[in-house]
Amino acid sequence: MQTQGTVFKYPDNVDTDVIIPARYLNTPNAQELAKHCMEDIDTSFVSSVRPGDIMVAGWNFGCGSSREHAPLAIKTCGIGCVIAKSFARIFYRNAINIGLPILECEQAAEEIQPGDRVDVNFDTGVITDETTGKQYQAEPFPEFIQRIIRAGGLLASLKEG
Amino acid sequence: MAMTMTQKILAAHAGLPQVTPGQLIQADLNIVLGNDITTPVAVNEFQKAGFEGVYDPDKVVIVLDHFVPNKDIKAAQQSKTCREFACAHCVSHFYDVGKMGIEHALLPEQGVVTAGDCIIGADSHTCTYGALGAFSTGVGSTDMAAGMATGKAWFKVPSAIRFHLTGSLRPNVSGKDVILTIIGRIGVDGALYKSMEFTGPGVASLSMDDRLCICNMAIEAGAKNGIFPVDQVTLAYLKGRSEREPVIYSADEDAVYEKTIEIDLSSIVPTVACPHLPENTHPAAELGSIKIDQVVIGSCTNGRMEDMETAYRILKDHTVAPGVRCIIIPATMAIYRECIVRGYTTAFVDAGAVVSTPTCGPCLGGYMGILAEGERCVATTNRNFVGRMGHVKSEIYLASPATAAASALTGFITAPKEDM
Repeated sequence: MQTQGTVFKYPDNVDTDVIIPARYLNTPNAQELAKHCMEDIDTSFVSSVRPGDIMVAGWNFGCGSSREHAPLAIKTCGIGCVIAKSFARIFYRNAINIGLPILECEQAAEEIQPGDRVDVNFDTGVITDETTGKQYQAEPFPEFIQRIIRAGGLLASLKEG
Repeated sequence: MAMTMTQKILAAHAGLPQVTPGQLIQADLNIVLGNDITTPVAVNEFQKAGFEGVYDPDKVVIVLDHFVPNKDIKAAQQSKTCREFACAHCVSHFYDVGKMGIEHALLPEQGVVTAGDCIIGADSHTCTYGALGAFSTGVGSTDMAAGMATGKAWFKVPSAIRFHLTGSLRPNVSGKDVILTIIGRIGVDGALYKSMEFTGPGVASLSMDDRLCICNMAIEAGAKNGIFPVDQVTLAYLKGRSEREPVIYSADEDAVYEKTIEIDLSSIVPTVACPHLPENTHPAAELGSIKIDQVVIGSCTNGRMEDMETAYRILKDHTVAPGVRCIIIPATMAIYRECIVRGYTTAFVDAGAVVSTPTCGPCLGGYMGILAEGERCVATTNRNFVGRMGHVKSEIYLASPATAAASALTGFITAPKEDM
């Protein structure tokens, strides 16, 4: 599995309140949520994002509220992968559970620039910045989590037993 | 290998003699919690996956608290989804308007959670119940759906940071000042993926409301859970309240911690977290003249009875400063009623404050106190992120009920005097 797209870059401590503000949490509808993704810190994100694009961020991405609406909104916008220096734990869990690919890679998150074209291979954890030609190796998921991702999310993996 | 208190609870619920940090385990759950925001997403997932029934209706808890009484039509639909699911699956712990409270104040109060439990909740502040000596952590809606269907959840066993508490708090300093001070010291990811275990002789001096407040904000340091040992204060609180028999776990004496941080409670002062991160803390007395437009006293962090007592003590026979809206929200119906019985509600209204029925409303910018551009609020809530309480150019200053009440009277961020 892989994704290829343009990078949107954000700072440290991006919280789930800015990923999807609570004023929009009066619906569980993913398409509705996606319309407002990131709008409090990046008003042009929703109109510019294309399927497969990549979000790159600093430390503690997705901190704060446990709202699964946050990874759901990001995924529904078309983002193919989030690369960060670290993820807040509930966001990390939620992303895996709903099948939004995420990778922790400090060097990639530091060096990749907004607008770069990046290719991510989830099977190998290799991140390629095609704009600069640099490659990065992210930590692959443990087998337990790979099984959840292969099944298409936590509930599907439970069904498989 | 010796285990921390958290590791002991996880091992017992996974049916293992011992666990080590980093190990992936499946644990049996005592309680699976959701609210009116997160449950509808879980219900979608639950139905989409084709599960027919919940694993054990007595272990599922659904509380309508974020947008109730319903703030708009969409919120009403979400409440309806929760209500219908609870009814269809015979969920015994379903709390609707009239019986509800803010979940993390309600569940301990009603004895739904107890010492030794393993709990997940689709709400990040589920870590609150560590105050009772339980392992309790926030998850998302899919985990809630899986927990309802199977009675289990997967966890990566956390390592721990030990906070060794000594001394006791000074007057008008509370659990909120303790946890803000700690977050200021270690940062918003200072305990990422880890347990925060509170120990030491200072624990005995902390009330249950202080402990609930401290564990509530463990997530604001990135922690998986916060936890207190079970002592006489815990047992006195649980007595006559707990639906199930408490089970007491304690850390091994030679348990391994990533580090130990010493906290002298007597050195803690009224503390404020300035915009836009909970780690941006300063002593309230050093902030200078910061004019405010609104004060909120409430939330799962500080809407408990002791918080109301503090607000009453400071606001009674005084008047909220001109130009300040002071909103007081008792966290449960029992607390709301007690405020009426004790005359607090009258005193609050006489002081120029408003008193709402329980709701998470303003804390997450839902309703009941949204901020306009450029406005500043002193809130006893738990997050001061950009746009959290309204306009992206509004500002939230997190503080204790004593600091919030003192600020309401002056119209500026104000440290409460010890004799207030």
